[in-house]
Amino acid sequence: MSLDVEVRTALGALRLDMKVQIEEGEVVALLGPNGAGKTTLLRTIAGLVPIQSGHVELDGEILEEPATGRYVPTEQRSIGFVFQDYLLFPHLSVLDNVAFGLRARGAGRAEAGRRAMEWIDRVGLENRAGSKPAELSGGERQRVALARALAPDPRVLLLDEPLAALDATTRVAVRRDLKMHLASFSGVRLLVTHDPLEAATVADRLIVMEEGKHVQTGTPVEVTEHPRSRYVADLVGVNLYRGQADHGSVLMPGGQVLAAAGAEAGEVFAVIHPRAVSVHRAKPEGSPRNVWHGRAHGVELYGDRARVMIEGEAPIVAEVTPAALAELKLADGGDVWLSFKATDVSVYPA
Amino acid sequence: MRRERAPIWIAILAAIGAAFFVVPLIGLVVKTPWGDALQSLTSTDTLEALKLSLIASLSATAVSLVLGVPLAWIYARIDFPGRTVLRALTTLPMVLPPVVGGIALFLAFGRRGLVGSLLDTTFGITLPFTTAGVVFAETFVAMPFLVLTVEAGLRSMDRRYEDAARTLGARRWTVFTRVTLPLIAPSLLAGAVLCWARALGEFGATITFAGNFPGVTQTMPLAVYLLLESNHPEGSFILSLLLLLVSLAVLVGLRHRWLGSA
Repeated sequence: MSLDVEVRTALGALRLDMKVQIEEGEVVALLGPNGAGKTTLLRTIAGLVPIQSGHVELDGEILEEPATGRYVPTEQRSIGFVFQDYLLFPHLSVLDNVAFGLRARGAGRAEAGRRAMEWIDRVGLENRAGSKPAELSGGERQRVALARALAPDPRVLLLDEPLAALDATTRVAVRRDLKMHLASFSGVRLLVTHDPLEAATVADRLIVMEEGKHVQTGTPVEVTEHPRSRYVADLVGVNLYRGQADHGSVLMPGGQVLAAAGAEAGEVFAVIHPRAVSVHRAKPEGSPRNVWHGRAHGVELYGDRARVMIEGEAPIVAEVTPAALAELKLADGGDVWLSFKATDVSVYPA
Repeated sequence: MRRERAPIWIAILAAIGAAFFVVPLIGLVVKTPWGDALQSLTSTDTLEALKLSLIASLSATAVSLVLGVPLAWIYARIDFPGRTVLRALTTLPMVLPPVVGGIALFLAFGRRGLVGSLLDTTFGITLPFTTAGVVFAETFVAMPFLVLTVEAGLRSMDRRYEDAARTLGARRWTVFTRVTLPLIAPSLLAGAVLCWARALGEFGATITFAGNFPGVTQTMPLAVYLLLESNHPEGSFILSLLLLLVSLAVLVGLRHRWLGSA
């Protein structure tokens, strides 16, 4: 079972131009900022938004292809969709919501009710079957939405921000359950999120998209270690630069030279973890190969550490202990020097 | 909330405005000859008019639902050239003097009318001066209330529920009956009740198009008018009161849905 999608379409200001291939058994997370077109991509796969060119193909069967005029309507695609705010039918009970897809696909009332009840059991809501969605908690609604999407036994499961509507406390528990339910579903699973933690916990592979376009694909580890865009770098919390490598150094577009042990040749990304950056009030002496000058202009608490934003020829974030923060009076801003080792710069081809 | 005192001149004008509505209603209650009430109510003519009114207004509501809901759906969902003009034309009966509506109906569906002559020669059907003609006239005047209310309901509903139903395999008809209609049920009910109340009170178009024949086209409002002109005007009072109570019941019933609960 595999999903092969290549879509180009325009919707308002968004120009969607994406290629996605998902193999059987994979859980893939689409990660990107708001307005990147993640939801629109899911809707094109479901046939809810028409594509202008490209194709949507499931197991070798073309579901949509403007070039040949082929279009399989949404209701005939074997796709389960969990919507962001779940969209449980407010006038139907939990049981009737979950049975809806089975009834719509032709199952008799008794048969649909029996199979829906199995799903309700499976998500642990057997004593809520008669309740209306309005009487459920956020976490329970999420489970009903999942059961409703899975009950008709689809080949593809699409989830649009399945945890975004939940508060932080329930999210942890629901994320764990979701991971378990996703694992028990054998079809293609594609999940949209803007939460890197959610993506990393649930997915085998991440696809990062921005402004309708593909930015990066890889396992959660690959993506977090080798970010390829400012958005991902900010999510992961590292400093990302792009420049021209020249045997031990990287020349940045601003003219600044970064000493980097691994740099060889060609266009590269360079990543420096804020922990590797030391901050000083006076120009440091000694071994570090990189010494920059800048101005501290903001401090953010980050766990039990503090992150200092520093403006200069190239902006950089440094992580310091609260003690250092106080001793250097960094919250007051002002001129600072910072240093980091050439061996702490990770370089990879752009 | 801060309690606000109304300026005196606003209070006076508002009081006159309210009295303008309340006094006639009091007049109706006070001047009704309660002693003859039962007799007036149970006279054959009254009962026939009442029966006819109920049958005709409920039929008009049914016709309005069958034709008006699809029309509202088209207005709310399909963008086609001339939609605005068509919507204005089908809303016109709400503001048109009903007599004018009756005359227009007569010219179209009368025995010599545009469509009426065809109906007469081809099928032998004549609408004017029949009970069907009453339903026609009432539908003409009342359906716009239903169409506008249902269209507003369709426009304000979250269409993504329909998307959700489609991803679950529901065909368009299933989506419409199992998701769309239940979600707009409040608008549907409000529209149907408004439509029915308007049909029940219909006078001008009915008397113009269908005439005033007891037992065939003489509805309650027509009977009220006829009694008022007769030797026993008191009989019309009690019928008026009956219509008033029906209207009041409609208003109270719709209080939450239509008037808001403020």
